[in-house]
Amino acid sequence: MNPLLADYLPILIFLGIAVGVAAAAILASLILARQKPDSEKLSAYECGFEAFSDTRGRFDVRFYLVAILFIIFDLEVAFLFPWAISLGTIGMLGFWSMVAFLGILTIGFVYEWKKGALEWE
Amino acid sequence: MIIHSLTFYMFAAVAVASGVMVISARNPVHSVLFLILAFFNSAALFVLMGAEFLAMVLVVVYVGAVAVLFLFVVMMLDINFREMRHGALQYLPIGGLVGIVLLAELVLVFGSWAVAPEAADVATIPTPDPTVVTNTHALGSVLYTRFVYLFQAAGMILLVAMVGAIVLTLRQRDGLRRQSIAEQNARRKSDTIEVVKVPSRGGV
Amino acid sequence: MNPMPASEAMVFSPAVPEIFLACAAMALLMIGVFRRSDESRTLSTLSVATLAIAFVLVVIFGREPARAFEGLFIVDQFAVFMKALVLIGSASAIVLAVRFNANEGLDRFEYPVIVVLATLGMMMMISANDFIALYLGLELQSLSLYVLAAFRRDSVRSTEAGLKYFVLGALSSGLLLYGASLIYGFAGSTGFDALARVLAAGAPESTWIGVVFGLVFVSAGLAFKVSAVPFHMWTPDVYEGAPTPVTAFFAVAPKVAAVALFLRVLTGPFGPLVADWQQVIVVISVGSMLIGAFAAIVQTNIKRLMAYSSIGHVGYAFVGLAAGTEAGVRGVLIYMAIYLFMNLGTFACILCMRQNGRMVEDIEDLAGLSKTHPMVAAAMGTFMFSMAGIPPLAGFFGKVYVFLPAIEAGLVTLAVIGVLTSVVSCFYYLRIVKIMYFDEVVEPFDRPIGREVGAILWATGLVILLFIVYPAPILAPATTAAASLFGG
Repeated sequence: MNPLLADYLPILIFLGIAVGVAAAAILASLILARQKPDSEKLSAYECGFEAFSDTRGRFDVRFYLVAILFIIFDLEVAFLFPWAISLGTIGMLGFWSMVAFLGILTIGFVYEWKKGALEWE
Repeated sequence: MIIHSLTFYMFAAVAVASGVMVISARNPVHSVLFLILAFFNSAALFVLMGAEFLAMVLVVVYVGAVAVLFLFVVMMLDINFREMRHGALQYLPIGGLVGIVLLAELVLVFGSWAVAPEAADVATIPTPDPTVVTNTHALGSVLYTRFVYLFQAAGMILLVAMVGAIVLTLRQRDGLRRQSIAEQNARRKSDTIEVVKVPSRGGV
Repeated sequence: MNPMPASEAMVFSPAVPEIFLACAAMALLMIGVFRRSDESRTLSTLSVATLAIAFVLVVIFGREPARAFEGLFIVDQFAVFMKALVLIGSASAIVLAVRFNANEGLDRFEYPVIVVLATLGMMMMISANDFIALYLGLELQSLSLYVLAAFRRDSVRSTEAGLKYFVLGALSSGLLLYGASLIYGFAGSTGFDALARVLAAGAPESTWIGVVFGLVFVSAGLAFKVSAVPFHMWTPDVYEGAPTPVTAFFAVAPKVAAVALFLRVLTGPFGPLVADWQQVIVVISVGSMLIGAFAAIVQTNIKRLMAYSSIGHVGYAFVGLAAGTEAGVRGVLIYMAIYLFMNLGTFACILCMRQNGRMVEDIEDLAGLSKTHPMVAAAMGTFMFSMAGIPPLAGFFGKVYVFLPAIEAGLVTLAVIGVLTSVVSCFYYLRIVKIMYFDEVVEPFDRPIGREVGAILWATGLVILLFIVYPAPILAPATTAAASLFGG
């Protein structure tokens, strides 16, 4: 077997056990517990009233802005992993190219900070 | 080797099944959760191919960020998904046709066409043996030096994405009182409190 | 592992204009955000100055053909010519927007900065010598353009334009990537130099099918960006919905850049496959000319009309590309240069269409323009005659330079279709002239039209009028540029 994959074998075993335990829990409750299904058990109950409206309402666009900015910085972080591993072999150019890359994104960060995109008003 | 094939078929089957569930689940939130499952299984498939870095990026970026954004959208946006889904079936024939064409192309690509014999010679960087050099390391050793141009270009694209997101969505609301900590700290008693002698029965 | 010591093989100097532009864009962004004011006139001036400096740098650093970043980036006369056109287009788009944005409540400093970033993307596209470099340049440009299309975010039409452009643009990027990966799989490289070597070596027939397949996908993705038929559907809606200066920008700079990509990809690495891609280009060209000529007739909105007109012009330019010869490419270059000036001029005229402080966009609103604004009407008339290809004006020569090489290459039918469709298109161009000169004034446009718009009108008008007496500034560089694409 490929030695690279052998490194991942514990994870595979872990996955197998996790699936097994989860399946066992569900199956056990199906088999051992008493089942008395009733439509009232599933109905919406809100302080004694039927639900007035759909729970989905329009949310402030700020939530999305924050999520999008998070994705951008998340991608930036993804670039850091290979750099950190190979820093020893890529020399000064490799080091400074990452510094320049982080510089570009810092410009973006300063922009959003000054714009107040990170403030919650 | 048998474990290898078994794991492959298991992950592949779960990936395909959850892909089908993404488009057929009634509840859009379930769709997104199945999408996350599909991402996880694809990541596992990448690991089986020896592409660890791709697998990790798939988990970090797609599961960690993109899927969360999707969840945000389906949970919070006020869209009637039942209505959107209505009529999707009438596009099935044309969608199926496009799918079949793409499938035929893939079959042709893998079946009958040969790769140019010179292709191996011109390959800019041969893939290193994954048992000697991990592929994250292999990537790192060229991405920041040989391909510094592409790397910085990616940085500029991320910058544009950031500026664009802010330009299009950020609204400054007027008439809001914002907290200014510096101003609060700089307040002195003398600025705000005035002691007035009030003559009795005179009022202020 | 580390194939060569990085410091030796790294050459930065040919990319100095791009590096400068990137740094300047970031500096402009910082200046804008620290001034804490949305007034954009100062930043517009600075951005135009930046583009002017970049223009000088492009000319200085483009004297010698060179490659940088291990062959990912190429500079030659062709790149210099196309970059010069793009820079002129972008600078004009900023200049045209100053007054418009102030009047329409769009006065935000990000506009010029995003235009500069888009320009950077276009310059990277033009200089790309590798599919990955090409794709990154294209994405940088497209992402900026999506934002610009939706710049008037309170308007439903502008938002719709941005969204439509984004979804279809993402689809086309996907097609392009799919094609590029097929090519990479079958030919073994993404670099244009290596691809040229593999394909010139005459690989076995079976390989070529795979590469041709990839090439078709790449062409489809690029055709989207130049809005050529059958990938033109987004153009009218986006042109109509986007703010007018942005439409002017869309109509010139990105088109020039994408045409440059077409030329470089098809005549460079895929030169040996000319017989394969020629048919594709002929189909695209005929389709674009026909749609451009016939669909424009029924338009009532001038921006939609210009969208169809630009689809048609791409068709004419591709007649030269279909020839696949050096003369043909030279024709395309001349055509794009003249097209750029005609379009900038026309959009400057469209920006004058303002009644009581409100922009109007209907062709009927131009009625009687010759009586109220004789100079604007004369300029608009010149551009319309030029676009229609009426002799002494530049547009006529543009068409001559693309049709003649096509006839020499044996594509007589294509050239005949080109001539016939330009006759059809005369109808709607000349109808505008008729409305301006012979119809009664309904409501006059506001005065004054603004210094910036006036300057652009004069400059572009003179270029179009004087091309016949002094064509050298366009002809000579276009000739050397085309030669550099084939010779180098």
